[in-house]
Amino acid sequence: MSAPLGKDLVGLEGLSREQLQLVLDAAEGFKEVSERAIKKVPTLRGQTIVNLFFEASTRTRVSFEFAEKRLSADTVNVASSGSSVSKGETLVDTARNLEAMRIDMVVIRHPSSGAARFLAERIKSNVINAGDGTHEHPTQGLLDMLTLRDKFGKLDGLKVCLCGDVLHSRVARSNIFGLRTMGAEVAICGPRSLLPGDVGQLGVTVFDRIEAAIEWADALNVLRLQLERMSAGYIPSLREYNRVFGVTRERLDRAPRDLLILHPGPMNRGVEIDSNVADGPHSVILDQVTNGVAVRMAVLYLLAGARAEPSRGGDAR
Amino acid sequence: MPPATTTVLDAKAMERTLRRMADEILELASGSDNLVIVGIQRRGVQLADRLVALIKSRDGLEIPRGALDITLYRDDLQTVGPRPVVGKTDLPFDLEGKLIVIVDDVLYTGRTVRAALDELADFGRPARIALAVLVDRGGRELPIHADIIGKKVDIAASDRVDVHVSELDQKDAVTIVRRDAA
Repeated sequence: MSAPLGKDLVGLEGLSREQLQLVLDAAEGFKEVSERAIKKVPTLRGQTIVNLFFEASTRTRVSFEFAEKRLSADTVNVASSGSSVSKGETLVDTARNLEAMRIDMVVIRHPSSGAARFLAERIKSNVINAGDGTHEHPTQGLLDMLTLRDKFGKLDGLKVCLCGDVLHSRVARSNIFGLRTMGAEVAICGPRSLLPGDVGQLGVTVFDRIEAAIEWADALNVLRLQLERMSAGYIPSLREYNRVFGVTRERLDRAPRDLLILHPGPMNRGVEIDSNVADGPHSVILDQVTNGVAVRMAVLYLLAGARAEPSRGGDAR
Repeated sequence: MPPATTTVLDAKAMERTLRRMADEILELASGSDNLVIVGIQRRGVQLADRLVALIKSRDGLEIPRGALDITLYRDDLQTVGPRPVVGKTDLPFDLEGKLIVIVDDVLYTGRTVRAALDELADFGRPARIALAVLVDRGGRELPIHADIIGKKVDIAASDRVDVHVSELDQKDAVTIVRRDAA
């Protein structure tokens, strides 16, 4: 039985160039399904998928649900605040209960880094990571890469800068792993307090000034400034952040070339990105959302049929 | 013993065969304005293009051409696993009331045609669907037959029919590869 991606998609770290290429090419084929009058193909008929969301999400959850339904899978959404129970107990219990109901796939979003792998190692069903803590958000990374490839025709040699709160961003990590494997040059830019401590190991260029990043890059992926973290004192104020690091029309006008603008959403307009940039001619923010459904259909399709035993026994602990 | 390859149709014979198939398609349509030709990805699409071009050059008729990729309608995802999605489904016309001729390179088990019929049904309700294949190699697993056949061959299950089209394979030919050649 062929399993081109293995049983699970936990992250883009460790995936080969061929595997990433396969997902992007497959996604290309799935775009057309969403343009049909009847947006549905029977590919995953009879498959049951649980969307297990332990953290708030609109875009990603809806996008996964559309992808599942357009492939004819049966879907169940489980939302949980998952606040007081310890992570380990909750997930093992949840996993056992889900397995008892004979499911085929789990899409999991969880506030703890490593939660997706934890679950993947304990259940036979396919597990897709829809964002775990500050670890990875692989389908977001893939849809960003697909959007870049659509616009530039290739990823090899492309210069992409991730701007803003890289420290807390699972989107940034998935982009860095995926883009570097595909041969792109990746940089990060933001206040030092919001850049990870291990930048040396990520193989990326670091810009302290947004002007320098804009001069260098072909595309900017502007990350959400996580406002809920303001109290931690990472930055002095929103206004100051916008003044120093905001992606503004004036800054882009001084760039040597037109930059493609990506943002994973939700946007803080007037903070990390100005409205006239977000809605401007070089913004592909809504293309990213459209591509998200195609990428998720591709991942669901490529994982279906891969029914390997979990790498560690579910009853081991 | 290495596998033995026999050529059943060379480029000239393939051209002649396609010409006859184009005539038979027009005969089957009997003057209908609703004829459309739909190729199954991949090589069915190139063959459909050839048939459309032959009909145009000989009869001056512009027949619309569509393409079907049946990968997402396969019945073996759970047993064989995913296959790369190579082509796109592109049906640039309304199917309602049309006379559709599906074109594929080889008719074998009939499962591809079954998938194609299911996919077409999701797009609309044609007046009639007919099937034209370049090679019929027998071995049906479903009650499906072709209305127009380029070449019939009688071969063992272990043998393989390869259809080459110059657009993808740099030559036109139909060959049979015998696995256990005596």
